[in-house]
Amino acid sequence: MNTSNEHRPDPDALLQALKKEEEHSKRGKLKIFFGMSAGAGKTYDMLRSSHEVRSKGIDVVIGYIETHKRAETEALVAGLEIVPRKRIEYRGIVLEEMDLDALLTRRPRIALVDELAHTNAPGSRHSRRYQDVMELLENGIDVYTTLNVQHLESRADTVAQISGSIVRETVPDSIFEQADEVELIDISPEDLLKRLEEGKVYAPDRSRQAVENFFRKGNLTALREMSLRLTAERVDHQLRDYMQSERITETWKSGQRLLVGVSPSPSAVPLIRWARRMSYTLNATWIAVHVETSKMLSDDARKQLNSNIKLATDLGAEIVTTADEDVAGALVRTARRQNATQILIGKTVNNSYFRRSLLDRVIGQSGDLDVYVVGEHEEDAVRPHRMIVPEFHSGIAQYSAAAIIIFLSALVCYPFSGYLGYQTVSLILLLIVALLPLKFGVGPVLLAAGMSAMLWNFFYIPPRFTFAIGLPQDILMFLTYFAIAAVTGTLTARIRARERAVRQREEHSSALFALTKQLTAAKTQDEVAAAAVKNVSSFFASQVAIFLCQPDGDIFSAAHRTSMFTVDEKEFGVAAWVYWNEKKAGRFTDTLPSAAATYYPISGPRYPLGVIGVKNGGEKQFPAEQESLLQNFIAQIASTLEREQLNELAKQTVVFAESEKLYRTLFNSISHELRTPIAAILGAAEGLSNNAHRKEDVGEIQTAAERLNRLVENLLDMTRLESGQLAPKMDWCDVNDLIRSTVHKLQKELSGRTLRISLPEGFPLIKMDHGLMEQVFTNLLLNCSLYAPADAVVEISATVEAGVCRFVVSDNGPGIPSEALPHLFEKFYRVPGSRSGGTGLGLSIVKGFVEAQKGTITVRNRNGGGGEFTITLPAEMHQHYE
Amino acid sequence: MNDMNEHMAQILVVDDEAQMRRLLRTTLEGEGYKVVLAENGSEAVRSAETHPSDLIILDLGLPDMDGIEVLKNVRRWAKYPIIILSARKDELDIISALDSGANDYLTKPFRTGELVARVRVALRVYNAAAARGPVVTLGGLTVDLDAHTVTKQGEPVRLTPTEFSLLSLFMRNIGRVLTHAYILEQVWGPKYAEESQYTRVYVGQLRKKLEDDPNAPQLFITESGIGYRCAAE
Repeated sequence: MNTSNEHRPDPDALLQALKKEEEHSKRGKLKIFFGMSAGAGKTYDMLRSSHEVRSKGIDVVIGYIETHKRAETEALVAGLEIVPRKRIEYRGIVLEEMDLDALLTRRPRIALVDELAHTNAPGSRHSRRYQDVMELLENGIDVYTTLNVQHLESRADTVAQISGSIVRETVPDSIFEQADEVELIDISPEDLLKRLEEGKVYAPDRSRQAVENFFRKGNLTALREMSLRLTAERVDHQLRDYMQSERITETWKSGQRLLVGVSPSPSAVPLIRWARRMSYTLNATWIAVHVETSKMLSDDARKQLNSNIKLATDLGAEIVTTADEDVAGALVRTARRQNATQILIGKTVNNSYFRRSLLDRVIGQSGDLDVYVVGEHEEDAVRPHRMIVPEFHSGIAQYSAAAIIIFLSALVCYPFSGYLGYQTVSLILLLIVALLPLKFGVGPVLLAAGMSAMLWNFFYIPPRFTFAIGLPQDILMFLTYFAIAAVTGTLTARIRARERAVRQREEHSSALFALTKQLTAAKTQDEVAAAAVKNVSSFFASQVAIFLCQPDGDIFSAAHRTSMFTVDEKEFGVAAWVYWNEKKAGRFTDTLPSAAATYYPISGPRYPLGVIGVKNGGEKQFPAEQESLLQNFIAQIASTLEREQLNELAKQTVVFAESEKLYRTLFNSISHELRTPIAAILGAAEGLSNNAHRKEDVGEIQTAAERLNRLVENLLDMTRLESGQLAPKMDWCDVNDLIRSTVHKLQKELSGRTLRISLPEGFPLIKMDHGLMEQVFTNLLLNCSLYAPADAVVEISATVEAGVCRFVVSDNGPGIPSEALPHLFEKFYRVPGSRSGGTGLGLSIVKGFVEAQKGTITVRNRNGGGGEFTITLPAEMHQHYE
Repeated sequence: MNDMNEHMAQILVVDDEAQMRRLLRTTLEGEGYKVVLAENGSEAVRSAETHPSDLIILDLGLPDMDGIEVLKNVRRWAKYPIIILSARKDELDIISALDSGANDYLTKPFRTGELVARVRVALRVYNAAAARGPVVTLGGLTVDLDAHTVTKQGEPVRLTPTEFSLLSLFMRNIGRVLTHAYILEQVWGPKYAEESQYTRVYVGQLRKKLEDDPNAPQLFITESGIGYRCAAE
């Protein structure tokens, strides 16, 4: 409609295309083998192409194949891996279904799933097979599947009209559109009939008569045309997509937007399908609008409305709900607000001379909008038409109560009629009728009005006890009475209904307000959860369980403690599925419907925040307006939860940063205080030692200072360990370099000892903290220098295998007394009777540093004598490359 | 080498401990350097601006500001060597000092002999840098940075292009401590700053080809957890 922009692709559309592409690259690809009817050879062709890709080395498995015992097909199944079917027992019958979980675990590149339109056995995760397929695709598995044209949602009506048989298993058109590839399996009706005669076609679940009716040449030709046309349309769309992405602009026109009204009537179904077909052909987006009026809907109507809205959603419509008494006005208003260009309405039978039909009123108000009127299909012949009379929705009890009240009133007046005169009685009865709507619906009120008129006539208007009326003015009065009673009753009832609707809306907004208020006041996630549970349960009269994700974004481990019902393992599984898939599931849904509660995802903008489970006390699903209110509640809860999570994260970060900063300041100042005097002593001593005279004395100072220095270093290391602030800096480390440079620095301390380093050639780089490991080896070698004899042989070896790096440091000294072994790594522990010079900290630091890197250290005495320390570290390896 | 030049050099010593200042002054003056003292950060910055220093020995733990701030401040205009002498042993502190422009670091307690040696190397490399031609000699190595040739004890050594660019980085920074991140960025480019395995592997190769004993390296010294230093003989 923005003609000036015709030469330029709409950025939103381009973005959409990009997004589509991106999603696709992660998702599995869907290939549909599409045909006009059973027997076209779809399964056969699917298997044949599977063999082709398998010969290229691609991993193909059969998720589910129905061969219908056709020999040719069965021959093709052989040689392909089959994931065993899942057996589901339902009412004593064992049904076989595709094992979705087994397939997800097996994770093939391509899974073959026959008959996309299939309905799963009760007790399966999803009620429909195409939902299974969607889950496979979402998990990155490519799927090959088969589909007949009559199973496409938008074509179901037409097929029903052509063939006379109702199609129950339908697949949303969006699935067909999402397919990355559609292969049309075409066969001429003659060939198909021939195959049928030869017994090569098995038609499922139909009586012979039906089969014969279905497989008529006329039918088949029509179906064939339909499937050809659909495939052609698809190609057309692909061409359009291509042109759009390649900036070929000539045919780039859209901006058309259709609007279709959704009523709570079965007649809306063909209208919705029609809108979907038209939007597809026009390449337009479409909106389905439901206008809520004050009319009370019957349960059936409510159910029909829900299913109509669901149908529109499935077919890709955007759903808008608005509240207004004037349906036509609301439709036109919404159309303008949503920038719709066309309005679609069904042709309705005009049953009133006084009330203009919806159609007339829409046309009257539509102005520049195009209005399409869709004829009534012979829908009613196909689907049983349910009578719905939404206005007259009152139980028998109400009618009888109204009748009794009127009867009693008339009775009470009877003794006084002599004083009052029959005219006054009429006023009293009128008053009663006018008061009735306070309690009763329109129906009972009208009954009461009629009854009171009759009773008045019979008992009071002379001649009494007849229905005859003597005086002409009485006749007039009787008629006026009836009219006034009926009008007053109806009008009051209508006002009441409106009032009720307003009150309900008010209740909804005040409930939302109360929730928001409590959520705003909540200071922690726990308080948010508590407020959510309390509000949802009280407003929806249900039991509520809430699950919050863990701080690291991982799935919750159990229901939050504020939950009102306990969740067993099975229910928990449902909640977990909802969490990961961010889709509603459980009771009253198509996914895992055997659950006790309905679970809704609490979705954040980036990741799921949690799940809320609602156990509705009754046997009925929430009506649409309740459901949408619940969605509002959940959206509110989600945004608060997200706010809290971010808050907590920010707080933690601040606390952590503060404590880290404080620690560093303290630690630096202590290090400074302790090291500076030692530095001064050592420096001065070094200066003195150049003077040669007092070399021995100075040497003593140096030795003492160095010993003090070691003690200080050990104490500082220990402090670092115990503060919990030690974060190993894991980085690639050349083990050879590490060991040799450590040994190099300890030349003085190790003097006299023989050192043997054994390291295999081409030792890989290992991830560890170089500084910490250097300290570990330093302490171990100093330990050897303290306790092993001056001529000892110290051996260091390193090996790596099976993801574990093992260092062994050993000496051939006297070893460690066996009673000391278990205590060796304890803080300040010193082997009894050992000579002075150690602090008892060195080895506990070694242990601490090794464990900080997720390693272990053990000590034992070697068979030949001498202590042996073994360190193992989980080895993330890096192979040397040339 | 011009001993006169070195001995006339003026060194700014920044340390908040009087004892350390005295010790450093005695030691350095004993080696013939002129010494200027500063006991806090602001004094250090002022001294650096007013006295024509040739080298700074800088403590990180100063009472009024962090030594790193002084370092960054002076590095904005001064090119001469700055050696960190600190009681802080945390690798992150050291790396951040080196990345902020320090040439070298020593931790307290230190050996005065080691400090003097480092000072001498730093001054010599700095003074020689201006007059340096494309040919650098180190130990038995002769590296022609322009001609991309290396000889060890007169024998030509074949290096891959990456090995050579790593070697020339070392040759241009003799005596200086180079952090892993700096080496990666200079030789492999900014995108490789996290790919620390490269330095380990390639330094290992250089040692194999150029060191007398690759297991006891004399030229390419590992600075634990920090990086490498190309030793000046």
